Amino acid sequence: MTLWLERHVPKLVLAPSFAAILLFVYGFIAWTGWISLTKSRLMPKYDIEGVQQYTRLFAAPRWDVAMNNLYIFGALFIVIAMVLGLGLAILLDQKIRAEGVLRTIYLYPMALSMIVTGTAWKWILNPGLGLEKVVQGWGFENFKFDWLVNTDYAIYTIVIAAVWQSSGFVMALFLAGLRSVDTEIIKAAQVDGIPTHRIYTAIIIPSMAPIFLSAFIVLSHLAIKSFDLVIAMTNGGPGYATDLPATYMYAMAFSRGDLGQAASSAMIMMLVVFTIVVPYLYSELRTRND
Amino acid sequence: MTDLSATQGAGRPWGRIALRWGLYVLLGLFALYYLIPLFVMVTTSLKSLEEIRSGSLIALPREVTFDAWTKAWANACTGIQCEGLRPYFWNSVFMAVPAVMISTVVGAMNGYVVAQWRFRGANVIFSLLLFGCFIPFQVVLLPMAKMLGILGVAGTIPGLIMVHVIYGIGFTTLFFRNYYVTIPVELVKAAKIDGAGFFRIFFSIFLPLSLPIIVVSVIWQFTQIWNDFLFGVSFSQAGTQPITVALNNIVNSTTGVKEYNVDMAAAIIAALPTLVVYVVAGKYFIRGLTAGSVKG
Repeated sequence: MTLWLERHVPKLVLAPSFAAILLFVYGFIAWTGWISLTKSRLMPKYDIEGVQQYTRLFAAPRWDVAMNNLYIFGALFIVIAMVLGLGLAILLDQKIRAEGVLRTIYLYPMALSMIVTGTAWKWILNPGLGLEKVVQGWGFENFKFDWLVNTDYAIYTIVIAAVWQSSGFVMALFLAGLRSVDTEIIKAAQVDGIPTHRIYTAIIIPSMAPIFLSAFIVLSHLAIKSFDLVIAMTNGGPGYATDLPATYMYAMAFSRGDLGQAASSAMIMMLVVFTIVVPYLYSELRTRND
Repeated sequence: MTDLSATQGAGRPWGRIALRWGLYVLLGLFALYYLIPLFVMVTTSLKSLEEIRSGSLIALPREVTFDAWTKAWANACTGIQCEGLRPYFWNSVFMAVPAVMISTVVGAMNGYVVAQWRFRGANVIFSLLLFGCFIPFQVVLLPMAKMLGILGVAGTIPGLIMVHVIYGIGFTTLFFRNYYVTIPVELVKAAKIDGAGFFRIFFSIFLPLSLPIIVVSVIWQFTQIWNDFLFGVSFSQAGTQPITVALNNIVNSTTGVKEYNVDMAAAIIAALPTLVVYVVAGKYFIRGLTAGSVKG
């Protein structure tokens, strides 16, 4: 008996977590998937009716806005954060004095809650008392900056705040990458008289391809899950101009009482995440086992 | 380190000095970009409402007052209640501390098994755990609300602790697994021959080596749980809300005069614990951030 126990202790230790993940992740995904195929409204119903929730979802103008915003926000956020992060990393990699202090400053927003970030930027971008007034005070009296309450531009204010929060993190990723490039090759290139910018574009940056991929995965994951920032800055408004799939799902689940729509929008979100993350994780795990 | 400075403008000392100066100016400007929001938050929180309305966003306060801070802490209104952030700050503490401890202990044991006691299927289990880290939590929101109701912990802090532990295990397991995998298997084999069992080996060999990764795990989990909003807003009720939810309620309550100074003071209070952790243990914070995204 003790021998049996001894042999199986590792499995017994892992078992509760395994059971929990099976139920709370995979079981719950299945439940949400099931509900997305029913006519559930305020209360869950369990008779499968087909894909009508999805047709309703794709026909909803509000969902259309949410998906469009996700593309705009996601693309701008990922590209700007990557460019800024890479630029900062290269600048910091030039044997800078006080590098530690600068790195700490660039990265601290990552420690903040998105609600805090949103609150701060909402105030800075406040039309009337914020940035607009500052610039007007400098003599540009006709300067207007009301993006936060402008239906067409509000989504870009979310990009501004999100980039501010996450670009330092991308910088840290790239800096670690720059430091791991083989110095022998770089020295050889320098001996051959190849100019610095060419060394970056031809040797260093191409060798960091895996880091670009990691940064892309993390940022796109952040973009799809973005919820707090929108709630804090615009609460989805004006109207539903800054809705993202995450806020759409939340609104359907908790204020509209439309479980079917909430479930189907959540499933679409998961689909988007998985098409990005699964191939990445799969290749990571496979190379690790080699 | 890639030392490229040596070749830049060699033989042209003035050009090189100018380049260095330009570099520092640029880096300084970026530092300002990241610091200005914090600066604005702090100065706004120290101004009176009247000064905020008449003065400039980026001006220093003419008259420093801590009224906004006392109000944010003790009697700002989050909806109908006006007790400030204080009760919610403690809610977050009572939620985060046990959740961080439990998920770190469970992650350590899991990581130990997956890294050193491989059995058939252990890798599949690890992969399943890892995928769990990446799901958008919206997909578990509805069934979790139902489950918390069934278990009788809906709208309570123990309920939130449970949620944070469950969805934190994936990351903590990953941290410890990647750390323990670097410890040679021979060590465990030798200990086994000497008659040491599963727990004995863990406590006398692995645990003493684990301090750095425990710090990483604790900091990561604390930051995640303290800053969480989605679970907090979905699974709490009046009185059990974590601080992020209370902050959002203060800032976005539509009744009365907008008190920007109180909003900023409240935001700083909510940010302070994770900021302190970051300043004190930034190195470990960065390790946690990168562990999930770079091959370990």
